[in-house]
Amino acid sequence: MEIDPFIFRFSIFILAIFVGYYVVWSVTPSLHTPLMSVTNAISSVIIVGAIIAALASSSGNIFEISNIFGFLAIVLAAVNIFGGFLVTQRMLQMYKKKKKNKK
Amino acid sequence: MISANLSAIFYLISGILFILALRGLSSPETSRQGNLFGILGMIIAITVTFLTVGNFSTSTIYVFIFLLVGGAIGAFIAFKIPMTAMPELVAGFHSLVGLAAVFVAISAFLNPDAFNLGSPGDIKLASLIEMSIGAAVGAITFSGSIIAFLKLRGIMSGSPITFSGQHILNLLIGISIIVLIYFLCSSQSENFFWSMIAISFLIGVLLIIPIGGADMPVVISMLNSYSGWAAAGIGFTLENTALIITGALVGSSGAILSYIMCKGMNRSFFSVILGGFGGDASKGQEKKKDQKPVKSGNAEDAAFLLKNASSVIIVPGYGMAVAQAQHALREMVDTLKKNDIKVSYAVHPVAGRMPGHMNVLLAEANVPYDEVFELDDINNDFANTDVAFVIGANDVTNPVAKTDPQSPIFGMPVLDVEKCKSVLFVKRSLSPGYAGVDNELFYRENTMMLFADAKKMTEDIVKNI
Repeated sequence: MEIDPFIFRFSIFILAIFVGYYVVWSVTPSLHTPLMSVTNAISSVIIVGAIIAALASSSGNIFEISNIFGFLAIVLAAVNIFGGFLVTQRMLQMYKKKKKNKK
Repeated sequence: MISANLSAIFYLISGILFILALRGLSSPETSRQGNLFGILGMIIAITVTFLTVGNFSTSTIYVFIFLLVGGAIGAFIAFKIPMTAMPELVAGFHSLVGLAAVFVAISAFLNPDAFNLGSPGDIKLASLIEMSIGAAVGAITFSGSIIAFLKLRGIMSGSPITFSGQHILNLLIGISIIVLIYFLCSSQSENFFWSMIAISFLIGVLLIIPIGGADMPVVISMLNSYSGWAAAGIGFTLENTALIITGALVGSSGAILSYIMCKGMNRSFFSVILGGFGGDASKGQEKKKDQKPVKSGNAEDAAFLLKNASSVIIVPGYGMAVAQAQHALREMVDTLKKNDIKVSYAVHPVAGRMPGHMNVLLAEANVPYDEVFELDDINNDFANTDVAFVIGANDVTNPVAKTDPQSPIFGMPVLDVEKCKSVLFVKRSLSPGYAGVDNELFYRENTMMLFADAKKMTEDIVKNI
């Protein structure tokens, strides 16, 4: 009997939850805000689906309704990716500056 | 055009880079490198997607344009946003992830061929369930985050909105979402899909309105978690490893943060979610007020006390964020340090409106992170400290949590500020904090209340030292 590919993906999913569990417990509490902003940024990898949706053309018309939803999702995810990573970087930069300033 | 197998490997690599991005946050030293890993993972995922789709046409140009438009908006926000506005920014970002998940799910539903899921009206059952879950959770994340955003921004009142039958209504809506997904699967009818999304938006609103302002740390973490599960749901639909791994990471990260926040308030997750806490504030304690004597002082008295202390612990809270007093505070601490006074900061896990809120503000004011301590690490030091300087915190210092089993905050871990020789309490009035509980600390012998705006008071103290 063959195993449904879904089971493989499900295994990855469950294992990733465990990885997430242990990795996140090791995050120092003082960095919990950057943790939220960076998880925000990486969850925007959903842009992958948005790009596929936007580029799909079955009828030759690139502005089918399904494409438009794809384009909209690209904008939303892009705001998040750039905004999320940059604001995280900005925050983490503040944690560095102090070390230098220490007299 | 690259093969599906090769792109799957690349998606796996970007998933691993995302794990490393979170791993980096275990210390401030490695955190920036971690963030770079995250960016690299994102670049790989996006590039691979373009290569997999392959046909470069006019729509590719449009994709780039939209990408850059979104990116420019995001970058603009990231540079402009003041650090005090971080909680609402994060809530806003969550709403975008949720909405993007909904849009991708809609797109996959309308054009399943593009994702190899079957054809319209004949979508694979498993894919249909996955995209429905992704869309429903995404919609809840979106509307819930919008409400959280409005509450944090102060556009909407932070006090809980409750009505009778609320929980039953929510339960009914929850059940009807499941029923609609069931009918959607059996009939493939668009109408069920749209109604399912519509009521998911509705329940997102209903779930968050009864939750009060100071429970926001839990709400934000919870929505963070939801946005992850939504992404994972879409990841299953698209059979994309990067998305599944990321969704699982973000989902468990948000869940852990919610747990930490609930523990910091000694409340169960369900009691927070059911909401209504703090709703009957100012009911019980009105009568007791004005009876007990309160010692209040001015900046001069405070400066005198601080100057003659040899050790000081600062306890910041949400009030410091509101007054934007972190820079003034840092200035005060610098002055104290010049006088050879030992100063450290004590941060309660739920101080502020989101996990780590106080730490970021202190970091912004250039406070070295090794002077900032968590509750467990510093609580024993209060007994050997001369002055506790409480600025904008309230409930997290209330000794009632340790002594009065009747109190709603009983059992909540609190900072033992009352053990200090003297306590300076910067606050605008004697009003109780969020929990609606009078703070016994105000009436203690060794407490001096400093009634003023946190920033102004701190500046005045600096002048007087």
